[in-house]
Amino acid sequence: MQTIFERTPTLKDCPTHYCPGCGHGIAHRLISEVIDELDITSRTIGIAPVGCAVLAYNYLDVDMIEVAHGRAPAVATGMKRVHPDKIIFSYQGDGDLASIGAGEILHAVHRAEHITVIFINNAVYGMTGGQMAPTTVEKQITQTTPRGRDHNNEGFPLQVSEILAVMPGTIYVERCSVSNPGQVRHTKKSIKHAFELQMKNAPGLSLVEILSPCPTYWRMSPSQAMEWIEEVMVKSFPLCCLKDLSQS
Amino acid sequence: MSEKILMCGNEAMAEAAIRAGMDAYFGYPITPQNEVTAYMARRMPEEGRVFVQSESEIAAINMVFGASAVGARTMTSSSSPGISLMQEGISYLAGARLPAVVVNIMRGGPGLGNIAPSQSDYFQATRGGGHGDYRTIVLAPASVQELVEMMYLAFDLADLYRVTVVILGDGFLGQMMEPVDLDKRPAPRDLPVKDWALTGADGRKQNIVRSLWLQDGVLEEINLELQATYRQIEANEVLCEHYGTEDADFVLVSYGIMSRIVRSAVRKARCEGIKAGWIRPITLWPFPYEQINAVADEPRIFLTVEMSYGQMLDDVKLAVAGKCPVLFYGRAGGAVPTVEEVLGQIKKLAVPVA
Amino acid sequence: MIETSLYEQVIIAGFGGQGVILAGKLLAQMAMTAGHEVTYMPSYGAEVRGGTANSMVVIADEPIAAPLVTIPDVAIILNAASFHKFTPHLKTGGLLILNSSMVQETVERDDIEVVAVPVDDIANNLDSPRSANMAAIGAYLQKHGLMNPDLAAQCLPDVLAQRYHKTIPVNTQAIQKGAEYVREHYS
Repeated sequence: MQTIFERTPTLKDCPTHYCPGCGHGIAHRLISEVIDELDITSRTIGIAPVGCAVLAYNYLDVDMIEVAHGRAPAVATGMKRVHPDKIIFSYQGDGDLASIGAGEILHAVHRAEHITVIFINNAVYGMTGGQMAPTTVEKQITQTTPRGRDHNNEGFPLQVSEILAVMPGTIYVERCSVSNPGQVRHTKKSIKHAFELQMKNAPGLSLVEILSPCPTYWRMSPSQAMEWIEEVMVKSFPLCCLKDLSQS
Repeated sequence: MSEKILMCGNEAMAEAAIRAGMDAYFGYPITPQNEVTAYMARRMPEEGRVFVQSESEIAAINMVFGASAVGARTMTSSSSPGISLMQEGISYLAGARLPAVVVNIMRGGPGLGNIAPSQSDYFQATRGGGHGDYRTIVLAPASVQELVEMMYLAFDLADLYRVTVVILGDGFLGQMMEPVDLDKRPAPRDLPVKDWALTGADGRKQNIVRSLWLQDGVLEEINLELQATYRQIEANEVLCEHYGTEDADFVLVSYGIMSRIVRSAVRKARCEGIKAGWIRPITLWPFPYEQINAVADEPRIFLTVEMSYGQMLDDVKLAVAGKCPVLFYGRAGGAVPTVEEVLGQIKKLAVPVA
Repeated sequence: MIETSLYEQVIIAGFGGQGVILAGKLLAQMAMTAGHEVTYMPSYGAEVRGGTANSMVVIADEPIAAPLVTIPDVAIILNAASFHKFTPHLKTGGLLILNSSMVQETVERDDIEVVAVPVDDIANNLDSPRSANMAAIGAYLQKHGLMNPDLAAQCLPDVLAQRYHKTIPVNTQAIQKGAEYVREHYS
């Protein structure tokens, strides 16, 4: 029998703790495939956030560190400055990156750190039980916006990628999703591009934002969640390449 | 013979850290330790090493966290309000068992306080400071020369035990200039290889640096390992010095710059025929409980003197364990007990009983 | 209390820019070179921005208790604000070196020794207004005799940043002129 598809080696052979239909598993696989295709397993160091992906080191077979909530870009700075030859990436959720760690990501970009950030945006806090995130969309119901997010009270969804893209410290910023097979393939290309830029020591931070489903706290089936990304979420977070200086 | 040069504590300490092999420094400006950051900014690139001015103390301690995790000798420095911000990171360093050196050039508090010298962060430094059951080694220099020598010791102890070592100085130590011999250093320790460091899983299994342990019983195991390390530190690393405690009726206990003032007051008291002595803890954690307890075997009066309103006092009481009275004199918020004031306190105690 | 050995506490005070920090460093460098124990403590931070600046130097032949000087043996005062701030605290029998170019106030204490030297005029005559601090140091050294003014000139390169080394000759002159003024008027 001919093998036509197999697990990429950097993705460990074990079940994850993620909920059915969660997007983290897809993102983990894409990152693993990219690391293997680029053959950088032996010099990659990953940073797990506080959030659902805190245990990412149980699934990604590279050196990894787990850090305080939101501080991944600062930790990445310490690592990359000491070891400029290593490939450093952080994997951060929307609470981690856009809320408590907004200062750290802004200043890592401000310093134009040569690191790669994978930003998982699922518009909700998963680990703590489905509270509002800065990226929760208007009218979205969460544990802490039981009447739906109302901009009169909670303000508007925070578009971090747009903010970071206008800063000179980013070299590449793209927002993708994992809501259909075509988007999954495109997301992988984006992740690969971001890693490649770091491998070339491109002068700046590369960031890939991934719109990712959370069926559990969106109170939807996995397929409904994928549809919700494409019908609702993209209105606040349009899919596009916000910046790519590598072409110029 | 090496030559003495005149240096302020902040710069001398920075140079000593560089000579001690520090690979990376991260810091955020705050008075009265700005000379450290400025010195590192100039010198570290000269040595081909890492200097980053962080966006906050929170970021600084997390940069230290990252640099330490990849195997570097690393430190940050700050002053009281900035050290408060770093407590989160120090707790994570303890949980992840990462070595680091943190210098606190203490200033007046609480709140923004002022920029004058103070010793009001004793509790924070010696009780861990952040959340969780952990300790940091705390070294308390009393001169610029000691500040220099303790930098070497701090990096060695941090690497040896995989803990954070706090150097607890104050605005005087940071700002004052004294003659210093930068080549004078304690004997280097035998240090373990950092096989836990994140250097890329090249021909070995994946390394993971973490502090989250959710499975039943695992966190208790981790804590017991930490506690075992702390017991080892308590057994091996206590430093303290004393004078005149053999025959003293009055034993003054103080640390850091305050111990120099106390020393002078005791010398003057002896000149006036008062049997006074002093004990100076050099490590504030581990604290010299046994050494002080032994001195309390004879009936004496203990007087703790601090630039605070009574923090080390608690440890002295624990050490004396009720065997002798323990009194206190202290001023803070920018005020410093003078030699004359301390001498006055001794004399008040020495009034002969009719 | 019997103070047998040397324990001299000096305050140098003026407003920011008058060079009290450098003057203090010079004294400390000299004391170290001469083999004494020494501490030097500058005022720092907000206090500097508030306008007045001071530096404290303790020179001793025994271990120094603290770098903080509350009751100075010597006050070298370069402006009026510092005169009012520090003169009352000077030790009985202490020495007040006063910049008479800038401080016209009458000294009301009769338990201290006052040496008034027009250090700004001395410095201006050398076409180097910023050397007034050095003239004051020269005056102090001459009056006190603890250390030789020649040693000051010798120590200047150690305390001046490289980019100011061209000022060493004129600063040396200012030290000598300050000393000379005291020799002529106070001996």
